[in-house]
Amino acid sequence: MAQEQLQKEKRVIDYEKVQSSPQFKQFLQRKRKFIIPMVIFFMIFYFLLPIFTSYTTFLNTSAIGDISWTWIFAFAQFIMVWTLSSIYVRKAASFDKEADEIIRDQLK
Amino acid sequence: MNPTYFLLLIYIIVCTLIITYWAAKHSGTTKQYYIASGTLTGYQNGMAISGDFISAASFLGVVGMIALRGYDGFLYSIGFLVSYNVVLFLVSEPVHRLGKFSLGDVVCSRFPGQKMRLIMAICTFIISLLYMIPQLVASGFLLRLLLDLNYSVSVLLIGTIMTIYVVVGGMIATSWVQIIKTVLLMSGTFLLTLIVLSNFNWDLTLFLNKVEEGTPLGEQFFLPGHLFNIPIEFLSLQLSLVLGTAGLPHILMRLFTVRNTYEVRKSLISATWIIGLFYFMTLILGFGTVALLGYEALIAKDPTGNLAAPLLAKVVGGDFLLAFVSAVAFTTIVAVVSGLAISATIAFSHDIFFHILKKGKTTEREQVRSARITAFIIGLLSTLFALRLESINVTSLVSMTFTVAASSVFPVLVLTIYWKRFTSVGAITAIVSGILASFIFVVLGPYVMNPSDGLFKTEAIFSLYNPGIVTIPIGFLGGILGSLLSKRIKQKETDFNSFYIKAQSGYSSRGES
Repeated sequence: MAQEQLQKEKRVIDYEKVQSSPQFKQFLQRKRKFIIPMVIFFMIFYFLLPIFTSYTTFLNTSAIGDISWTWIFAFAQFIMVWTLSSIYVRKAASFDKEADEIIRDQLK
Repeated sequence: MNPTYFLLLIYIIVCTLIITYWAAKHSGTTKQYYIASGTLTGYQNGMAISGDFISAASFLGVVGMIALRGYDGFLYSIGFLVSYNVVLFLVSEPVHRLGKFSLGDVVCSRFPGQKMRLIMAICTFIISLLYMIPQLVASGFLLRLLLDLNYSVSVLLIGTIMTIYVVVGGMIATSWVQIIKTVLLMSGTFLLTLIVLSNFNWDLTLFLNKVEEGTPLGEQFFLPGHLFNIPIEFLSLQLSLVLGTAGLPHILMRLFTVRNTYEVRKSLISATWIIGLFYFMTLILGFGTVALLGYEALIAKDPTGNLAAPLLAKVVGGDFLLAFVSAVAFTTIVAVVSGLAISATIAFSHDIFFHILKKGKTTEREQVRSARITAFIIGLLSTLFALRLESINVTSLVSMTFTVAASSVFPVLVLTIYWKRFTSVGAITAIVSGILASFIFVVLGPYVMNPSDGLFKTEAIFSLYNPGIVTIPIGFLGGILGSLLSKRIKQKETDFNSFYIKAQSGYSSRGES
């Protein structure tokens, strides 16, 4: 353990090399491909609600019995938040694993 | 004062003070005092985040707003919930990996320097105080209404208790007060929800029919358009709410109180569940108020609607339930203001005292001592301000806090974490332009310039109450222009590389502690 520590201190890490390594690049790309579309999706999904309720009235028609689409869309926001955060948590666990691999392979 | 109120209140105060006493024994080092040594579990931290976030304004204000305005009142709370996705997806993990105690740490891990740290600390300070004063003022009014105390006594009571928690128990006491508050708040609202529904024999149709009878809006109550008449105003407000949470220092501070990014995610996901379920229940409580009490009876007691939940409690559960709900409101207020006080304290004692004044060279004991003194002064100052500012417009300050956070801290964090060309000059211009724009547009707007009740009795120059839709882009533009126009001051590529690897993979922050 102590020896490992010593070895680590001796080596200067070449961050530029890590940054441009295919392993790190792939890791970032996977992350981006997941996060960016998700963020765009939930921002649009959310803002459609206030935009629709303030500029249009078509959501005011009834969906199921007395319940109108405005309520369905509002409750869908809750479902959206909970679903997306669970997806994120699951996905992030696999990103953590990849990050650990990068640290093990290139930074230690 | 009703003896039940008094006993419950004393009970809660005594319990939390016992916790504070216990926390004090574990608050000897900066790590313990500032971040509870990062020892909270994800679930505990999630409860503490909810405790930090759900203010008395949410608990009492949203129920009242739904009771008075129906659908639009509910819409208001959804923005708060969605803001947690922004925190989770964009800032949570990098902030946890880069920071130690404060937002200054996060930004300075890329742009080291005293000027940067000072600006982040001042920014944290401004946002926390901006939020704290309206909370204290609102608490004064609430306790006056709920417990029949006068305004100054209420503010002094809350201010003193908050100061004791923070000075003596630091982050550990604050966290546990917030956790207790969440448990009390959730069980209180759940109980009330069940009682309301049982009053209608669990028959939803009957319930909704009664709601329709109880409100002057009739069927329109269930449709949008009764609170926000100017669409652009509403969108601007929603934008500030959705992006603002990711810029609130007292919420971001809670990303440091857990061990690793796994726990960070667990905290945020539990927080979204708690906050979501809570807003869901406020809907039923708001409806219940209209159905069981009626619109007229509510505004006769309080035209702002803030007393909806307590009045409902009294109708369905008598004096005891009313006392319980009042106690919950009290705990809610103290938990929120304590969270704000500790975030302002850390900004001053860690960033300004330790890093700038002492150049990073003092003992642990000295730092904790300075933190306690800072906490005391902040508690004292904010209480004094709140005592003097009795007539201030609470809603305007709360929405302004979200606007300032979304236009200054949020752009800086996002650009720092993700944009390679960002420079330290850009970070400073982003903060300064975001804060200045928020203040200028609020001053030019109808909160301050209003022919009927504004500070200046003239027509407003800028027509929106919530300038977020203008100021958030200004914050981002300030950062981008500042970076592009400034020369890169020897910001070597390797610096960004090592920073970026740390932000994305957690190298060097993980493993420690």
